Amino acid sequence: MRVYLPCDAAACAVGADEVAAELAAQARACGIEIEIVRTGSRGLFELEPLLEIDTPEGRIGYARLDPDAIASWLSAILDGAQHSSAVGRVEDLPYLKRQTRLTFARCGITDPQSIADYRAHGGLVGLERAIALGPAGIVQQVVDSGLRGRGGAGFPTGIKWKTVLDTPGARKFVVCNADEGDSGTFADRMLMEGDPFVIIEGMAIAGLAVGATRGYIYIRSEYPHAIRAMRRAIETARLHDLLGPSLLGSRHAFDMEVRVGAGAYVCGEETSLLESIEGRRGEVRAKPPLPAHSGLFGMPTAVNNVLSLAAVPFILAEGAAAYADFGMGRSRGTMPIQLAGNIRNGGLFETGFGITLGELVEDIGGGTLSGRPVRAVQVGGPLGAYFPPAMFHLPFDYESFTEAGGLIGHAGITVFDDSVDMARMARFAMQFCAAESCGKCTPCRIGSVRGFELLDRIVAGDGVGADLALLEALCETMKYGSLCALGGFTPYPVMSALRYFPEDFAPARRAEPVQ
Amino acid sequence: MIVQKGSEPEAVARGVAAIVARHEAREGALLPILNDIQAELGHVPAGAIPIVAEALNLSRAEVHGVVSFYHDLKREPPDRPVVKLCRAEACQARGAERIAHLFEGDPRIAVETVFCLGLCASGPSAMVGDRVFGRIDEARARRLIEEAGR
Repeated sequence: MRVYLPCDAAACAVGADEVAAELAAQARACGIEIEIVRTGSRGLFELEPLLEIDTPEGRIGYARLDPDAIASWLSAILDGAQHSSAVGRVEDLPYLKRQTRLTFARCGITDPQSIADYRAHGGLVGLERAIALGPAGIVQQVVDSGLRGRGGAGFPTGIKWKTVLDTPGARKFVVCNADEGDSGTFADRMLMEGDPFVIIEGMAIAGLAVGATRGYIYIRSEYPHAIRAMRRAIETARLHDLLGPSLLGSRHAFDMEVRVGAGAYVCGEETSLLESIEGRRGEVRAKPPLPAHSGLFGMPTAVNNVLSLAAVPFILAEGAAAYADFGMGRSRGTMPIQLAGNIRNGGLFETGFGITLGELVEDIGGGTLSGRPVRAVQVGGPLGAYFPPAMFHLPFDYESFTEAGGLIGHAGITVFDDSVDMARMARFAMQFCAAESCGKCTPCRIGSVRGFELLDRIVAGDGVGADLALLEALCETMKYGSLCALGGFTPYPVMSALRYFPEDFAPARRAEPVQ
Repeated sequence: MIVQKGSEPEAVARGVAAIVARHEAREGALLPILNDIQAELGHVPAGAIPIVAEALNLSRAEVHGVVSFYHDLKREPPDRPVVKLCRAEACQARGAERIAHLFEGDPRIAVETVFCLGLCASGPSAMVGDRVFGRIDEARARRLIEEAGR
């Protein structure tokens, strides 16, 4: 009997390893052979640990198992009886059925460390095609696909690669930014744990495209599972010429290594990340020069997010048009959206751009986990704006969110119910910025501390009328005066909280005791 | 191996030298070296800084500057087992602040705040060593503290 159980950190955090151990022990005791394949997660975290079993009808899922339920589960399976944890055919779950999984096509289905599985499910076709196309051809495909940076900035990936390709350098680099520090996001982590070869393939293609033979993936230290999974996969990739001196037997070389962060959020900013790899404090560099001209060790460097690189093998394998067919306006392709916080069906939801915020939160997410009304959603991590349900008509694409005074960032959506105090969330935004500022520029280093103090007074009910005007002026300074997005975008959560939830900042309300 | 406070300077020096030797040929070796020192010694002792600086041809000030920049790198070894508790927005939305006092009030463990473990639909969440924990309610919090504090 073959069963599938995720090794994703979010499954392990709720007992997947214990379930696997108990299942193996019980099978041994009963003298049955059970092969437990540890997969990535399907991304429906409410159901984890989700055990799946192969049947002629497809994979049948059993949700939220704990070790105590394994005995009854096993006897039900052996007797051909129903078990209370059954959720039916996993692919028929509406949450999964409604998705368009291009980047996450294999995640949750294959053994993430098996290159045979990877190849059997469409892997390596993109790299083969890339080797045949050559640098200019690859760049053209990526430009035509309309792929934009999935880290948050939304810069066209193909244009970035063309810049690196056209810039002469003694050496060039590809750097994958896996410093996924935004609260509300976990797609990079899921993919590193659930389908690491697609990232490696994407990096190898990027290397071919820009003329780099060396790559780095910078992973945050808070992701030990992802670090282990990537390191293992890189070693396997070398054995199968997905990395090394002769990519898939061609005359092209590319190799890469993992670099681990040390707990600094700001290292997700690309220039700070480069400083960190070089062995310095993760302080932001002034731009220009762009990393594409002068990046790692002063050489032309393509710095791309995990999801940008992982979209590339599909684009090369299926063609730019197949990818660009999805989406709306200037946001082409699919986005792995992450539903987080106080939401019933939290998890990963990959879909074409254009779906509305309300569909995501209410229809797919199922509203709040607490069952109370949704009051606010923060889109795009700690630097993203808070929106009320009145803004749920917004289509999920780069331009619509920019126009509405926000950003989609790394596509995390964090849901809050009506018990949230938005003045406290605004204060937290400043507190976070103060804790994580690299200290290089004054608006961020000092502004965040002053902003925290101001909001602390407001939260305590000691604010004066002028404080809000002062806060707005401070936010303007941070927005236009900061060197990078940390100081520059912290005003988004603060000002959106103030704009959409002014009642939470009113001195009269603050004077009331907080329950 | 966790070398506690007061361990012999020679032992620290030997340990650090071995770590340096593993990495010094790499480009940008400093962070991998410091991460390994932190992992193996539980902190980056002051005595390690001149050794690392010498090997990488850096000033002690440069190495010190890097050590002081990163949250993971500690100057002192922890005196109790560390529980890293996520206090970022998604875990806040799932009630992290309501369980935080259970951790903060417990003398058996030291609580560190982290901002995001990537378990944003499974919070409140925490990490002990390399182990992660999600859906932490009061009962799970007590069990976790019990295990971590042992």
